[in-house]
Amino acid sequence: MWEYTDKVKEHFLNPKNVGEIDNPDAVAEVGSIACGDALKLTMKLDENKRIVDAKFKTFGCASAIASASALTELVKGKTIEEAEKITNQEIADYLGGLPPEKMHCSVLGQEALEKAIENYRGVSHKKPEEVIVCACFGVTDGEIERAIRQNHLTSVEEVTNYTKAGGGCGNCHDKIQAIIDRVYETKERQAQPVERPKLSNLQKIRMIEETIEREIRPSLKHDGGDIELVDVVGNRVLVAMRGACATCQASQVTMKGFVQGKLQEFVAPEIIVEEVAS
Amino acid sequence: MKTIYLDNNATTMVAPEVVEAMLPYLREYYGNPSSMHTFGGQVARKITDARQKIASLLGADLDEIIITSCGTESDNTAIMSALANNPGKNHIVTSRVEHPAVKVLCEHLAQKGYRVTFVPVDSEGRLDMDAYEASLTPDTAVASIMWANNETGVIFPVEKAAHLAREKGILFHTDAVQAIGKIPVSMKENTIDMLSLSGHKLHAPKGIGVLYVRRGTGFSPFLIGGHQEKGRRGGTENVPGIIALGKACELAVANMEKENTYVRELRDRLETGLCEAISQCKVNGTRDERLPNTTNISFEFIEGESILLLMDQFGICASSGSACTSGSLQPSHVLRAMGVPYTMAHGSIRFSLSVYNTPEDVDIVIRELPPIIEKLRVLSPYWATSQGACATA
Repeated sequence: MWEYTDKVKEHFLNPKNVGEIDNPDAVAEVGSIACGDALKLTMKLDENKRIVDAKFKTFGCASAIASASALTELVKGKTIEEAEKITNQEIADYLGGLPPEKMHCSVLGQEALEKAIENYRGVSHKKPEEVIVCACFGVTDGEIERAIRQNHLTSVEEVTNYTKAGGGCGNCHDKIQAIIDRVYETKERQAQPVERPKLSNLQKIRMIEETIEREIRPSLKHDGGDIELVDVVGNRVLVAMRGACATCQASQVTMKGFVQGKLQEFVAPEIIVEEVAS
Repeated sequence: MKTIYLDNNATTMVAPEVVEAMLPYLREYYGNPSSMHTFGGQVARKITDARQKIASLLGADLDEIIITSCGTESDNTAIMSALANNPGKNHIVTSRVEHPAVKVLCEHLAQKGYRVTFVPVDSEGRLDMDAYEASLTPDTAVASIMWANNETGVIFPVEKAAHLAREKGILFHTDAVQAIGKIPVSMKENTIDMLSLSGHKLHAPKGIGVLYVRRGTGFSPFLIGGHQEKGRRGGTENVPGIIALGKACELAVANMEKENTYVRELRDRLETGLCEAISQCKVNGTRDERLPNTTNISFEFIEGESILLLMDQFGICASSGSACTSGSLQPSHVLRAMGVPYTMAHGSIRFSLSVYNTPEDVDIVIRELPPIIEKLRVLSPYWATSQGACATA
């Protein structure tokens, strides 16, 4: 059972500003059903760039709903420049604090606000040089670094609490640690060698084929898609998407998260999946 | 506010008769059953009586019952014992939907160099028996397959699975924590080598479990110490717990029919009532082979923790397979293994009943839950107003 503050409970039981604004001046959608929480924020601004109304819809747990409700209360009446300065910590503070494991709910709120402001200004969200570190939850190195800097995070566990990165298969823990180390300019942590029986290349390819056949293809076919194994180079598994998957914009993240997760679970945790155009 | 307790797969109320039975062993009969004096020694006889009641529920013999502290200890002991008795064999077979007491242990053993096959289940939560049979190899030391799943209540054909293992000379263990007390079990009529049960799932208190070990099965103790349990499990006996479990097993025998008629009817009434009142929901797990007390229902486009907390306002206790309630960031491994889409897995709620539930309990849930679901769906960005019928699998 989570220890929620009375304020979290109040905003969960009676959330403020639920809904969607018609013809909004700013709109943002962050998160996904796969990740377990998602937030749609819509805002109306006046001629002085002041936020006159904000509404939200949330899929998620009590603290996700409360964080979104708090966010809308915080931004109403503020100018874009004022709203821009709101941090995830302010959302959490407004609620009297959140359990450490739930801080990502406040981060989701801040991300939605950031994206909505960018939408209002007509600039693109993700900087192109950012790469996805956590394939399970689609979290980029830039997002992780911002969370570390803003909230003074010092461990992988804290990064997971704030961004969800590393909360799935756990394969990116070393990469997250490297980002923490880089931020604090400390020495690179020595990677712990993991003992694990070695697979021959032939065994590995067979297991990959079996896993695709049994665990992956049926799910993709269910959605009108398919997958083809193109090649295996060391731990890199090259695949091509077919059918609906080939044209799906979301397939990059979905595919990596799903296919790579399954192969890491059933074959070897070092597997990296890459989509090729063949 | 009255507590409406529909979370009996998590733990159960200690039966009033069980409390009465154990109290004297917390008060006056505090002696050590190993003592030479009458004061302590008389307790040993009561332990034997309790052991007999446990054996009766399982259709087993007295010396096949090893008392442990919990289901997890029983599961760990069984698997580690099987490995110790099969040196040189490097393979473990289990399912993808085991309780953490087996699943995490097997993952740990995989890290230590054992090869582990996690046998898949189908979309209805049924074990893939072909994959199971194919996974049994000359290198397999033990197969450990749960009797009934804690999240969906789906019952696995473990007697058949045990037979297949026996034919290949492989030890078979079953985590029967959810099955015992809910469905009849007779160890005389199967070839299961080891079986784990937990007291607090059948109206005994927490902190008491049993490992059944078929006579003649090689055994290596997990807790090494005194001569208790014939040297198979060291440690001074949890006397009040053992007495309590004996009484609980006696009650379970008496209540077995009620469990499969009264409780089943209540469960069906709840399941049908909710599915009729709420659109876009789905029962997870096959209807045919399922514990009589369990229903696991997914409500699409909303998240389980929110549902639980809103139900909590009405004193309704249940569980969820959502990420936020699983202690991790991913939804239940059982629902994921079944291929339940994330839109459904995050919004899954498990209701598990007992003989202490009433039709009023069920009717309150049928009355209070639909507005809760509606409230959360209004909040959800994914909720479309389309009113699909409840697809019951």
